[in-house]
Amino acid sequence: MTESNTEYATASRSKFKKIDMSKIGGHEGGLRAEELPCCLRVTDLNLFYGPAQALRSVNLSIPSQRVTAFIGPSGCGKSTLLRCFNRMNDLVDGCQIKGSIALDGEDIYHRSVDVADLRRRVGMVFQKPNPFPKSIYENVAYGLRIQGINKKRILDESVEKSLKASALWEEVKDRLHESALGLSGGQQQRLVIARTIAVEPEVLLLDEPASALDPISTLKIEELINDLKDRYTIIIVTHNMQQAARVSDFTAFMYMGKLIEFDRTDTIFTNPAEKQTEDYITGRYG
Amino acid sequence: MNKDAKIHSHHISQQFNADLEEIKNNLLEMGGMVEKQLSDAIDAIINADSGLGALVREDDAAINAMEMQIDEECNRILARRQPAASDLRLVLSIIKAVNDLERIGDESAKIARLAIELTEQGESSKGYVEIRHIGEHVRRMVSMALDAFARYDIDAALAVAREDASVDVEYSSAMREMITYMIEDPRSITRVLNVVWALRALERVGDHAKNIAEHVIYLVKGTDVRHLGLDGLEKTVRLD
Repeated sequence: MTESNTEYATASRSKFKKIDMSKIGGHEGGLRAEELPCCLRVTDLNLFYGPAQALRSVNLSIPSQRVTAFIGPSGCGKSTLLRCFNRMNDLVDGCQIKGSIALDGEDIYHRSVDVADLRRRVGMVFQKPNPFPKSIYENVAYGLRIQGINKKRILDESVEKSLKASALWEEVKDRLHESALGLSGGQQQRLVIARTIAVEPEVLLLDEPASALDPISTLKIEELINDLKDRYTIIIVTHNMQQAARVSDFTAFMYMGKLIEFDRTDTIFTNPAEKQTEDYITGRYG
Repeated sequence: MNKDAKIHSHHISQQFNADLEEIKNNLLEMGGMVEKQLSDAIDAIINADSGLGALVREDDAAINAMEMQIDEECNRILARRQPAASDLRLVLSIIKAVNDLERIGDESAKIARLAIELTEQGESSKGYVEIRHIGEHVRRMVSMALDAFARYDIDAALAVAREDASVDVEYSSAMREMITYMIEDPRSITRVLNVVWALRALERVGDHAKNIAEHVIYLVKGTDVRHLGLDGLEKTVRLD
């Protein structure tokens, strides 16, 4: 073999070395939740609506800057758990919570916590888009205005940045001052996400964010979730298991108020450890 | 967890149950065809039956068609049902097992072609003992691997992998024997080479049977056990 041939052979082999065999096969292909920095830690959480118990001893660590999906049948407590993260359940009469939820190590149910500030840090988007009956611009600027920020330059910048981050800018930049109610459902949902991220939260809670949207708008929302996870910790509740499989890094399966299984989404959807999880994601009756 | 081979029949959707049942049945049916083709091919050599050899070669078309049909059914299930967990693993292992079965079919057709050539080259049964012995061995492996698939039996699958190791040993020793024949009588080289190709094909059949056994372990355990070696395989099977 001539020298140049040897050189070529050596160079072309470098790509063989890049394949890390230890990451192929088994569950070594990626970090487990416990190995990642934790954003929200739920410890022994029990929640009652009057006499009815909706959550039973839930323990869970949500990893930072990842997408975590909650799946489970209706009434399993997944939305209830999601609402605990920004204390939306405080608004429900007769709701009683035991146990703790820590955001970056601080108990969010402590007396000293300012709930309005908590909800800025933990933003929420609902199933039905709920833009305010104002202009597109004012919708996004709303959060900043109630914080007392009124400088046009700062507001302009923030509106543009947020709309770009929610992949809506190109579609609305020429009609920022028209009513938000004129947008399509999918655009309205992205506008709501822009409004939420304008106040720079740490966590985004998405409660069935795409279930009222058509398939294309749904894909745009999913694409957006993927783009946003570099900056935010995202928790999504969804009835659509394929959606959970597509967008999330981690999946929690809940059933009758209990957390049955929490693992990497890849593991949950190819080889779950619990039979109940398997039965649910494969559409079996237990 | 899913040792029960009936696990795929408890979906809320009856149609999904039926679809999964159908691909599994088709796989086993194709397996039966391939088993028959293989044992006929071995008989054709040993009994110098070129007529049977010709029939075996014709069978190959039906097996190829069956492979394509099962692949298509699997594709349809993937596209329409987006199966998950054990359902997904069932579809994936069937797609792979079907491929191995088709290759066993190809090897059988090759053996049948060699049977015809050997018959034309005239009487001499040198090497037939080895063909009969290894042939019987790999035929049993194919049948065990298919049984293991039907019953989700990982112990049987592990046994198939063990058998493959002993087939490899038998194959090397048969090769030494064939070399001796060729050294003793160079005029027999053409003929003995045909026997060598047939032995080689049988050894490959053993490898494919082992692959099918590995797909069974993946299906039941959810762990990819290819390239792990016997020890790794055993460890996975024993793992709870």
